[in-house]
Amino acid sequence: MEEKKLAIIATKGTLDWGYPPFILASTAAALGYETEIFFTFYGLQLLKKDLDLKVSPLGNPGMPMPMGMDKWFPTLGLALPGMEGMMTSMMKKTMASKGVASLEELRELSQEAEVKLIACQMTVDLFEMDTADFIDDVEYAGAARFFQFAGESDICLYI
Amino acid sequence: MADQELDASGLNCPLPILRAKKTLNGMEADQVLHIIATDPGSVKDFEAFCKQTGNELLESKEEGGKFHFEIKKV
Repeated sequence: MEEKKLAIIATKGTLDWGYPPFILASTAAALGYETEIFFTFYGLQLLKKDLDLKVSPLGNPGMPMPMGMDKWFPTLGLALPGMEGMMTSMMKKTMASKGVASLEELRELSQEAEVKLIACQMTVDLFEMDTADFIDDVEYAGAARFFQFAGESDICLYI
Repeated sequence: MADQELDASGLNCPLPILRAKKTLNGMEADQVLHIIATDPGSVKDFEAFCKQTGNELLESKEEGGKFHFEIKKV
């Protein structure tokens, strides 16, 4: 069986949007796919050693709110200080209680399964990010490097 | 009789598959892995996992509120 290839572009840096790239990459690797993730713009947050990602209820009417909170806190209320932190800790608690892996764990499992992680060099420069804050075994490259792999991939996802 | 057992109870997608794959990596060909899971999605997932990896799904059943799978390593 020839090895299939999955190429993912991760562009978002919130807790909820951090999951799909690592869930799909680790699963694909388990299925025998050669997998690469290209992290660009806010997606680079997913490569930080200390993941301090938040989930925001703002501008996200699809987010399920516990105890009918959305009725008590219409849009303006969701902008209150502390709301983001509260929703983030509630989301993390719910995930842990349902046996959903932490992002750190999924990232580790992805790396163990030899998923290649590529950080967009341009974004690193743009936001003056310190690569010492990033995990090890990350490759720094540009768009052309992504296409080298993506052009041969069977599946290519933009997340 | 299974050669090895993996209890993935309480774990949710995609952890049962990832743990199973990892365990299978350390096993010999033709050995059988018995997996116990509580994630209802794992039924279709292990079917799909075996179809795509070539490992053989010998058994898939629900018993006492848990899902049991037997996979023979290719």
